Amino acid sequence: MDFLASLLPAHIVEHAPAIVVVVPLLMAAIAAILPNGKLGWAVALVSTVISALLAIAIVVDVQAGGVVSYAMGGWAPPAGIEFRIDSLNAVLLLLITLLGLLSVIYALPSVADEIADNRQSLFYSAFLVCFAGLLGVAITGDAFNMFVFLEISSISTYVLVGMGAARDRRALTAAYNYLILGTIGATFFVIGVGFLYMATGTLNMADMASRLPDLSSSRVVQAAFAFIIVGLGLKAAMFPLHLWLPNAYAYAPNFVTTFLATTATKVAFYTLVRFMFDVFWPEAAFVAVSFFWVFAVLGIVGMIVASIQAVFQEDARRLLAFSSVAQVGYMMLGLGIGTAAGVSAGMLHLVNHAMMKGVLFMALGAFAVRFGIRRISDLNGFARTMPFTSVAFTIGGLSLVGVPMTVGFWSKWYLGVAAFENGWWWAVAALILSSLIALAYIARMLAAIWVAEPHHDRAGAIASARAPWMMLAPMWILAIANIWFFFQPDFLISITNAAAEAAFAGEAR
Amino acid sequence: MIELLAERFNFIIVIILMMTGLYAVVATGNLVKRLVGLSLFQTSVFLLYITMGKVFGGQPPILPESAEGHGETAGYDAAAHAPETALADAGHHVEAAIYSNPLPHVLILTAIVVGVATLAVGLALVVRIRESYGTIEDEAINQADYAVDSAGKNA
Repeated sequence: MDFLASLLPAHIVEHAPAIVVVVPLLMAAIAAILPNGKLGWAVALVSTVISALLAIAIVVDVQAGGVVSYAMGGWAPPAGIEFRIDSLNAVLLLLITLLGLLSVIYALPSVADEIADNRQSLFYSAFLVCFAGLLGVAITGDAFNMFVFLEISSISTYVLVGMGAARDRRALTAAYNYLILGTIGATFFVIGVGFLYMATGTLNMADMASRLPDLSSSRVVQAAFAFIIVGLGLKAAMFPLHLWLPNAYAYAPNFVTTFLATTATKVAFYTLVRFMFDVFWPEAAFVAVSFFWVFAVLGIVGMIVASIQAVFQEDARRLLAFSSVAQVGYMMLGLGIGTAAGVSAGMLHLVNHAMMKGVLFMALGAFAVRFGIRRISDLNGFARTMPFTSVAFTIGGLSLVGVPMTVGFWSKWYLGVAAFENGWWWAVAALILSSLIALAYIARMLAAIWVAEPHHDRAGAIASARAPWMMLAPMWILAIANIWFFFQPDFLISITNAAAEAAFAGEAR
Repeated sequence: MIELLAERFNFIIVIILMMTGLYAVVATGNLVKRLVGLSLFQTSVFLLYITMGKVFGGQPPILPESAEGHGETAGYDAAAHAPETALADAGHHVEAAIYSNPLPHVLILTAIVVGVATLAVGLALVVRIRESYGTIEDEAINQADYAVDSAGKNA
């Protein structure tokens, strides 16, 4: 990482927090006017590579110096808009840019297959806007600015989900419902920010954090907390506010599902952590109450109910979407434990879940690009037809269950340890139960792939069945990462521990 | 009681608008009417913010013209080139006046843009839904989807 960071000239690194967001936003305008999809893809690739390099440079800076603060336009915070990166959002920055980059590499064959030729460059343009918005949410230190970036990413997401209509018209209604719920969520968030502004007179989150403890008995602040949690909970697909998610993931183009599953809900989850632990503070009575009664309870109900719903799905991507809701439940439980160990476990699962869902959705996309399948029964006998993709899918699936030798094991281990330290043995029991249900739905798909007899009509196509290497490469990078980080977990654990410490650092102020 | 309500008149209007909008989103099956409700809901939040910015007896937060020797353009140029000195300057001859808080207005200008963009994307989606389903009623769309689903299972 240090080597990659040292490649960039110093005067660019100085402005890296701004450039990392601006590059994809400007490139989106360029991509929109390009005549063909390949050029649009190249622009998307270039801007994600630039963003990834800059993000690495920023993360190296954060690891060396603690907090990077960038005053937008030279107006000093708290009056001006501040871009502020500490160890907490550094993790997100790295996650979004690297998984964004892998998804873009994966995109070329997948998008060429699913999107009409004349719309591909516009499609990449919408993707870049979404990418810039997510980066902006992760990087900004200003509450209202966060709302704007949240909406930039959301509005482009509605468009991206709607593009799945070429394959299945239900993508349109999925995008519409997502738009209605997403906008309600964002509006709740902005109401909460308004209340905080009323109470504190500032929009800068660090400044807010230093003023709020004096106002803990204020009803305005308490109402603000409730509005913000509901609004961001909707964006993060926290059970029971997840209703938009299954259809949106199931009917969006494969590349979009991969990108959203690995980044979008993660960013929303990060904003929850930021507000609960940094802007508000965990000692406040109204925040402490929400740990158990909102996050732990809903997290556990979510991870069990959504897992059970997943078992009964026919559509492969819908199954994984319900599984995503369940995984958000694990992260919520980590938050609900309310200790640094719990938040660290939640962040660890956030990163790990991005890696395993990335593999799974990429593999389903690879099955789809060759055979256009989406139902689980269509996966029958695919191990013989597409062995490379099938093995990657299996690794991802086992990681999702939390089998040792995969990174998913560590998420559940640390989550369990954090719950146990808190005396929450019932949470550990729920964790195990939910993992067993996960085993049931993953086993159902693996059985179809490895054991069941292939359908006859596919027999002739076997010879030409290998997925394009541009899909296999990112898929296998993630699959190997799933195994690699089981044996070398130190890096992940150190960055997530640093993230949890940064989240709790607000108390010191 | 009446005094209390009168003092909070704007907030009461905000709450009524907000609930009307949210109810319209939930209660109607018509996709366009839902978007109307959503816009109403968002607009109520704009009003909430604008109410925050109001200062009793406050003037619009605009620098007075040529208060102390420098005309409009000079003041503008100074503000553009050296914000600190211009602000200090402004503070100096503005002391007497009370201003409304401009920040919420600026925020809401941004929020209005976001709202318009959301509405545009929403309506575009409704147009596409109308093209492929031939209806914009939620129930009819669900029925059409259900028919496709069960046909797929039988095949």
